[in-house]
Amino acid sequence: MMLSVRDLKVSFRTEDGLVWAIDGVSFDLDEGEILGVVGESGSGKTVSLLAVMGLITDPNATIEGSIRYKGRELVGLPAKELRRLRGNEIAMIFQDPMTALTPVYTIGWQIAEQIRAHQNISKAKALDRVEELLAEVNFPNPREAMSRYPHQLSGGMRQRAVIAMALSCNPALLVADEPTTALDVTVQAGILDLVRKLRATHNSAVVFITHDMGVVSELADRVMVMYAGRVVERGSRSALFADPRHPYTRALLGSIPPLTGEKPRRLPAIPGSPPSLLRLPQGCAFGPRCPLRYDACAAEKPALGDGPHAAACLLEAQA
Amino acid sequence: MSDTMTTTEGPILETRALMKRFSIGTRFSAEGRRTVHAVDNVSLTVRRGETLGLVGESGCGKSTLARCLVRLYDITGGKLFFEGDDITGKSLREMRPLRRRLQMVFQDPSASLNPRRRVGDLVAEPLRIHTKLSAAEIDRRVAELFDIVGLLPDHVARYPHEFSGGQRQRVGIARAIALNPDLVVLDEPVSALDVSVQAQIVNLLADLQEKLGLTYIFIAHDLSVVRQVSTRIAVMYLGSVVEEGPAEAVFSAPAHPYSQALISAVPVVETTPGGSRKRILLTGDVPSPLNPPSGCRFHPRCPIARDRCRTERPEPHSFGADRKVACHFPTL
Repeated sequence: MMLSVRDLKVSFRTEDGLVWAIDGVSFDLDEGEILGVVGESGSGKTVSLLAVMGLITDPNATIEGSIRYKGRELVGLPAKELRRLRGNEIAMIFQDPMTALTPVYTIGWQIAEQIRAHQNISKAKALDRVEELLAEVNFPNPREAMSRYPHQLSGGMRQRAVIAMALSCNPALLVADEPTTALDVTVQAGILDLVRKLRATHNSAVVFITHDMGVVSELADRVMVMYAGRVVERGSRSALFADPRHPYTRALLGSIPPLTGEKPRRLPAIPGSPPSLLRLPQGCAFGPRCPLRYDACAAEKPALGDGPHAAACLLEAQA
Repeated sequence: MSDTMTTTEGPILETRALMKRFSIGTRFSAEGRRTVHAVDNVSLTVRRGETLGLVGESGCGKSTLARCLVRLYDITGGKLFFEGDDITGKSLREMRPLRRRLQMVFQDPSASLNPRRRVGDLVAEPLRIHTKLSAAEIDRRVAELFDIVGLLPDHVARYPHEFSGGQRQRVGIARAIALNPDLVVLDEPVSALDVSVQAQIVNLLADLQEKLGLTYIFIAHDLSVVRQVSTRIAVMYLGSVVEEGPAEAVFSAPAHPYSQALISAVPVVETTPGGSRKRILLTGDVPSPLNPPSGCRFHPRCPIARDRCRTERPEPHSFGADRKVACHFPTL
């Protein structure tokens, strides 16, 4: 197992009290595997991956649990060692590529700098490698693109430049946080192809965070659905989409309007909105919005079962 | 021509060869003054009670077109008719009585609602400006509007930040329908909302349309949402409408190669394994509207472009009663 996360908990001290952003998340990831993490805002999908990357530096945050990468415990590892892993073995891409690029240097300079920070090669060699990388992410004219500043590129090209940067050290693990959310569907299709290509050529493992069930269904091997800081369902893509077990997963899939076939007169909407982490309901967090809730749901936080396809729901335990 | 449109059967809104250009830069900037053709030669009709969905990639001019349609932007060329009336060049003062009939809902409700005012006050504002209702009558109308959009009566005294995104958008919608408008332009009304909340707002908009007889112009980048709400679709590329027709026909059998690529790129949940759709991958990015390609604007990215497409710009051709496609080689 390449990445193994066990009972990860992240809490933040705030003015309004302690907030559990992540409350007991566990998952495994194998080489060459794409894990899709789906959830709405505040579900904890980003925080859990920031924790894996060691990027939570907030002094008010507490991280508990275990994150093992290739057998090595990452929780509590000194910042210097983590930095050696990030960029070298683990790379991350974000929703907004401008946050990962500095506006004052050219694309070529920035990617070359990243390469030279981790590999002991000459500047000229690094620049040659940049050209290769930009060609790999389908820049039509890589040499010319290297001399461009980020503001001179379109959103899709910027995201491809950031992906080129992430690929520069052939990462074994790529963490992508909503990398296509700000992009048009036509550009998104190209980025998803790139992620598939990375897996095929480098056998990299990918964690892909998104709120878009369609993207997950096209890309992921396995899927993890999060709600209010917990994993509510996990399973292989085919099992999860063919037979969603958690009422939240079912409701979420049901509320997406279809692109083909019969148009429903009304969409089956989920009532209410996602709960605030400061005021989580007792028992199951989805309970107040769940069409199948019964008395026990308000009393007990359902646990996620073992097995390849599991849902954290009391009904599941009865079945 | 326009006087034949004044019957109730005529379109509520019509554009003929509408143009919107923006001038950017100054004569001192490196490239000098340049012109962006944001909306280029758009002729559309919107019928009463229908929803026209505007789709296209970012920068294709759909939001600019929508803003021209409610005269938030001045129009550079062509004609705009509201109920057969030419409103292209109407002054701000002349537009004022029409404003209550043409309303708009924006993408980000937290940006369009004043954070320092109570939401009841925000919904009452258009009533105070456009009607002569007494304070008590306004309060009653606000309470009624809150009920219609699914907000609780005691919400009136709250501030926008106390609401979730979905509730804030309900406030934005209450404001837009306060004056019983005829036409509402919805610019990405559900894009900023959580997936589980989007369906609620889509349903609310459908209910309001039925109850109040509203006409919608609906802009969204999420094509499955657009299909759900629209009766007709206009696909835009680089400032022009490349295909227009009934929503079902355009989605099930798109005729323009750009519409085909756009629709095929939408990721969908496949519950049956192996049922994968054929994807048309477009190469390159949308060209800059500052320097649009010759001939057909889509030809550099078009998988079926031929010589003719490089030189001759296709005009929109009618196919049947209700379908227009601007392509030399449409799939029909």
